[in-house]
Amino acid sequence: MSITELFGSELNVINVGLTMFEEDLEAQGTKVTTLDWTPPGGGDPTVIAALDALEAPDVAARIEAANAEAVERIITAQPMLVGFGRALDVVPGMTPTTILHAGPPITWERMSGPMKGAVLGAIVFEGLAADLAEAEKVAASGQITFSPCHEHDCVGSMAGVTSASMYMHIVRNETHGNVAFTNLSEQLAKILRMGANDESVLTRLYWMRDVLGPMLKEALEIGGPVDLRLLLAQALHMGDEAHNRNIAGTVLLLQALAPSLIQTSFTTEQKKEVFEFIACSDYFSGPTWMATAKAALDAAHGIEGSTIVTTMARNGVEFGIRVSGFPGNHWFTGPAQKVVGPMFAGYKPEDSGLDIGDSAITETYGFGGFAMAAAPAIVALVGGTVEEAVSYTKEMAEITTAENPNVTIPSLGFQGLPTGIDVRKVIGTGILPIINTAIAHKDAGIGMIGAGITHPPAEAFAKAIVALADKLA
Amino acid sequence: MSVTALVKKNTYIDSVSLMSISTKANAIAGVSQAFVAMGTEKNKEVLKSVGLLAPELEAATNGDLMIVVDAEAGVAPEELVPAIEELLVRKAPAGGAADVTYRTITTAAQANDGANLAVIAVNGAYAAREARKALENGLHVMLFSDNVPVEDEVALKALAHEKGLLMMGPDCGTAIINNVGLCFANAVRPGTIGVVAASGTGSQEVSVRIHALGAGISQLIGTGGRDLSEQVGGVMMIDGIRALAADPGTEAIVLVSKPPAPSVEKKVLAEIATAGKPVVVYFIGGSEAAVAAAGGHFAASSQDAALQAVRLAGDPEASVPGLDVARADAARAGFAPEQRYVRGLFCGGTLCDESMFALLDAGEDVWSNIQKDPAFVLAAGSPSKGHTFLDFGDDEFTNGRPHPMIDPSLRLARLVEEAKDPSVAAVVMDFVLGFGAHEDPVGVTIPAITEAKKIAADAGRHLEIVGYVLGTDRDTPNAAAQIAALESVGVTVTRSSTETGQYARAIVRKGHNA
Repeated sequence: MSITELFGSELNVINVGLTMFEEDLEAQGTKVTTLDWTPPGGGDPTVIAALDALEAPDVAARIEAANAEAVERIITAQPMLVGFGRALDVVPGMTPTTILHAGPPITWERMSGPMKGAVLGAIVFEGLAADLAEAEKVAASGQITFSPCHEHDCVGSMAGVTSASMYMHIVRNETHGNVAFTNLSEQLAKILRMGANDESVLTRLYWMRDVLGPMLKEALEIGGPVDLRLLLAQALHMGDEAHNRNIAGTVLLLQALAPSLIQTSFTTEQKKEVFEFIACSDYFSGPTWMATAKAALDAAHGIEGSTIVTTMARNGVEFGIRVSGFPGNHWFTGPAQKVVGPMFAGYKPEDSGLDIGDSAITETYGFGGFAMAAAPAIVALVGGTVEEAVSYTKEMAEITTAENPNVTIPSLGFQGLPTGIDVRKVIGTGILPIINTAIAHKDAGIGMIGAGITHPPAEAFAKAIVALADKLA
Repeated sequence: MSVTALVKKNTYIDSVSLMSISTKANAIAGVSQAFVAMGTEKNKEVLKSVGLLAPELEAATNGDLMIVVDAEAGVAPEELVPAIEELLVRKAPAGGAADVTYRTITTAAQANDGANLAVIAVNGAYAAREARKALENGLHVMLFSDNVPVEDEVALKALAHEKGLLMMGPDCGTAIINNVGLCFANAVRPGTIGVVAASGTGSQEVSVRIHALGAGISQLIGTGGRDLSEQVGGVMMIDGIRALAADPGTEAIVLVSKPPAPSVEKKVLAEIATAGKPVVVYFIGGSEAAVAAAGGHFAASSQDAALQAVRLAGDPEASVPGLDVARADAARAGFAPEQRYVRGLFCGGTLCDESMFALLDAGEDVWSNIQKDPAFVLAAGSPSKGHTFLDFGDDEFTNGRPHPMIDPSLRLARLVEEAKDPSVAAVVMDFVLGFGAHEDPVGVTIPAITEAKKIAADAGRHLEIVGYVLGTDRDTPNAAAQIAALESVGVTVTRSSTETGQYARAIVRKGHNA
């Protein structure tokens, strides 16, 4: 409005910086909105200069167009569960001596306790060593190729350790044609992905390789593809956020698979074992939703000029993000953070390993922590009240680009998932993405000890914005 | 029967919402029967049984949305589709909006259609960015922050001018828009006098004097202290004059500033001719001839500026009392021979300026942190010498700490220091009331006043403390209460900034009484 129009209007103020001005304005009966303001980019001049450069109108216009394309791809992606298969048979670049892991690249020496524990277990599982002691030597010998899951179209929960004989979900994005993979839930707490590696863990892995995996593979061949986004949308309507709460999603997935599972060529006893295994933990479908998100986000990766985050992943030492505008495997990293939340009896916060796993792919898509408002049953993770859960989802809308109309949250008036994390908005608002996650014990061999919430390190986004400014402005 | 059917591929809506959408779709005028559902086998069977399974629906799958419309006679079913698609768009989110907090100007402006002005008071390093965001979102800006680079100010004002928006500041402490005081402003009566000011306390003083004369303010537009510099070029003052010239609620205009850069002064004065309203020009220490030549009304002091504006806006009888000469003479008579100097400790830059000019006009040497003559510049940390006038609100004192109107600690310590100097005859202080100011500026200073008086008395000297309360009967606390508190501890209270300077001059210069 022009100055003359302002003189003829009721004053309506946005107040930035000093709350005392808000009090004075309210005392005069003036409407005032005070921002919860923090300096952008933590006040780092280099970061602010990068943000400014990306906001120049011509640059911003190019970014908006690229981001619209990226978000459109995430929203229209239609991930379908099309099969199960051994990693060696289905994962690109997999070899008998390759071990994939969560997060950005890391060497054996620098791996965290839980990841080392998982790697040792996997080496024994693959028959590359007779026992854990020998596995330690093999891991350090250079014979093993360590590589991030994300660089092989995969995601891996927690340590993400994936070896050649493990069975994988095969999820094809029907809209864009790309395929994503993830291995199978081990269900319990004392499991390989959490760093445990004793005989009970390996025994379960052998059974998953010999019974569960092949039975699922056959079932999919019988029943045909399953529309995972459809199930995900239903699960969110049933109170899951599909990262830390998967009870509805697991039931829905089982509902889809059960008719085919009973038609497989396995014995009734084996089928009973599989049904019992699925029933023993709500987490069964957790990896499924990760692969769902991965299939959508990979389609949005590599769009020239886009500032949309397509990967958030942690290896227990570093947190890495990838940004659409940097095709391929360009990681921006910072230190992995602590996870804060309720813990199993007998464990204390100092027992916790740092944030680990590729499961933040769910938040990258817009569920998990971003959809806390959909999952009031697990608000204990975020402080305890439904209002807090709702506020987390609303806050994530400030750093994302669009709402996903295909996956909605009933309690927010069917608001769509906050979709397309924009590096510029994260830096501009100072709001970091919220991530729901599990807590693994910091030492190898123990397993899951709790669950809670965490955030990426701001450094990763600061590095990304500086690189984006160098590239685009 | 006239049916149209379409499939929205790859679009999921839950079944409960779809039931509600179908119900609403059936209520649309012209709809005989409408069916909105996912493309499941079950739904297709239902459609088939009522004869609505159009061929294009056969291929629909579980993940596709089907819309089928059977229109009433005479209505084309395709025309009904947009209204049904409208129903697919979700409604406003549940829950109150009251608890929403925003992190950025952009999100707050987008969520609040009525927002029209941003008040920005963040560290100077981040201020320009926030102001730019506000302007880009169509908001007028009051930028309180100081320490903003001048290049940023030039760019912001160019952007605001292009968009027809106010860009008040940076370093703009005072404005009154639509009778609402912003940041540091006094509660004054609404009226017909518009002010454009490059000086915060100068404009506060003029507005308070106008109020004291029974008149009032239409708008008070701050420009920030550098607006009339060569680099900035008076962009905001010129736009402000034009806005007040166009404002039907304004009858007379007052301009307040320290002396502008000559080229800028020329541009600003050129606006007077086309304003179509009387313009009073108070450029502290400025030239009467230039103002008169431009058709403006020259004001020699802040009091004079207020008085002329009130007279021009319809009260030709307005007047102010002269200096109480007897009181000044009595004070002077009480000083020891070595007590020759005045020390001014000010919160308000223009108040400091005006009193300092009163002494300079009389030929006295004055040291100050805001002196234009480099030979007499006194750094913020240096001890006083001769006549010293300090503006505690200047950048040098405020970098990294609150303005003295909020945090008086530096000034209180200085008052006690000055009392120890045997060459000091008088300490002159201002007390600024109003929005944004300290809740009790006199009360917080009284212990230091008492201590200072005691230090001087113990050394056998009378220390004259002169206080001016800048405020109105509508401010909280009100001016009368603050004045009474000062008088109760023996402070000589003056009635305007102008009189404060006159009084300071009179007590050190016999014969200079007005």
